[in-house]
Amino acid sequence: MSGARYWRHQDQRYNMAGNECGVCGSRFFPGKTMCPNCHRRSVGKMKKFYFNGNGKIITYTIIHEGSLQYRNQVPYLLAIIELEEGDKVLGQIVDCEASDLAMGKKVEMVFRKLGEQGKSGTIQYGYKFILK
Amino acid sequence: MGRLARDVAIIGVGQTKFGEHWDLSFRELGIQAGANAILDAGIDSGKIEGLYIGNMSAGLFMDQEHIASMIAEEVGLTKTNIPATRVEAADASGALALRQAVFDVASGSSDIVVVGGAEKMLDVVSDVASEYMNATGDNTWEGLFGATIPGLYAMMARMHMNRFGTTREQLALVSVKNHKNGSMNPLAHFQNQITVQNVLRAPPVAEPLGQLDCAPVSDGAAALVLCDLRTARDLCPDPIRISGTGQGSDTLSLSNRSDLTTLGASRQAAKAAYEMAGIGPGDIDVAEVHDSFTIGEIIAIEDLGFFPKGKGGLAVEDGSTAMGGQIPINTSGGLKARGHPLGATGIAQINELVLQLRGKAGERQIKGATRGLAHSVGGTGGTALVHILEVV
Ligand SMILES: [Zn+2]
Repeated sequence: MSGARYWRHQDQRYNMAGNECGVCGSRFFPGKTMCPNCHRRSVGKMKKFYFNGNGKIITYTIIHEGSLQYRNQVPYLLAIIELEEGDKVLGQIVDCEASDLAMGKKVEMVFRKLGEQGKSGTIQYGYKFILK
Repeated sequence: MGRLARDVAIIGVGQTKFGEHWDLSFRELGIQAGANAILDAGIDSGKIEGLYIGNMSAGLFMDQEHIASMIAEEVGLTKTNIPATRVEAADASGALALRQAVFDVASGSSDIVVVGGAEKMLDVVSDVASEYMNATGDNTWEGLFGATIPGLYAMMARMHMNRFGTTREQLALVSVKNHKNGSMNPLAHFQNQITVQNVLRAPPVAEPLGQLDCAPVSDGAAALVLCDLRTARDLCPDPIRISGTGQGSDTLSLSNRSDLTTLGASRQAAKAAYEMAGIGPGDIDVAEVHDSFTIGEIIAIEDLGFFPKGKGGLAVEDGSTAMGGQIPINTSGGLKARGHPLGATGIAQINELVLQLRGKAGERQIKGATRGLAHSVGGTGGTALVHILEVV
């Protein structure tokens, strides 16, 4: 992913910055320009919201044929996480064995390296999750 | 709403063999399928008023965009400068191209159009092809974090197994059935039969899915000739009417879905197509569904209303979806065995149904089939289409 394209969402990927609808209170990660419940009534009323990164595993998989960026890290663990403050997010679960994973287990967000742009390019960081 | 301004029929079908075509280019595959369809229709190519091409990503796979013009040139249709349109919706591109072509004819704008689907995937190595496939999901918020398309389907599979008791063996049986059907299809990528043990022992891709749960990377093309039904009756002894078309959408990212055991896009597409055709799932004799992964077929046969939600795995296990069962699914071999050249897949499904409804499907013929349904999905369900075909 190009530098500019990555940098644009740095706050989201570093700090799990999403947003909250000022009309109905729904929270979104990643943030949305418009609330899908309130539509145009929400325009200009979406407020930044930092998620604490705590949540639980809804479903998961163990990836053996990884995408090119992570091909050296297989097998790696991937889950969809329901955040305790609302909405869901997909992320890797690290620092544990595949056999430790189960639906419903609690996780917390950690800040990790995701990849790099070529050998001498910028290093890209973002969120992953560990078991609580 | 929900009706076509005039009836549309299929009067010709053509398909290349699906598989590894090292010796054939995209242009050659496209023209083979198109020429076969035009020959089958028995029309003069001067009568063709429009061309629609479903293609997911000639840009990624072969550094070539603007392929509608390329195909029009190759098939010799640029002399008449007819409109040529490329349509994209990931691996539902072919089905979406068909829907646009149906609207063209139904509106009265054209009487005869050709719709094709083609993909040349094997000019890149297979892990690069898989990487390109990831672009059918949300690359910014899921792919970047390590999600792959098999990984996303694996997470749906785990949810389905947990909620409904669907078993690993039931997933495997989808692949076994589709290979058995594919063994009777001379145009299929794979024509070998496999066992449940083969599937279970195959190398894992994204648990619980293994290599034999995944459709292959294939080259191939397929084409149809569409015509308004009134003209079709004069041109063709056995026109097949397109009595229903439906389309639905959903979130690009899987994590944003409220229920991971169903595809909302499929349910919406099916509802619209059934309503237009004035029938229900019980009226369908044979169906081609999107089994890019085995769990996809189980979710599809539930979402299409053939079986209650959660009972898809059992239906596969008890033979209800096999040849001779309650509703034979993927008689062509499906994406798993027929092959899955992305843009061509949705058109190849229609090819199979036309053969079935004409009574020309050979060894794999479903006796007396009069209504068929085709179901195509883009990526993990951001787009889905359903078409219903009927003997006139
Ligand atoms: Zn709202």
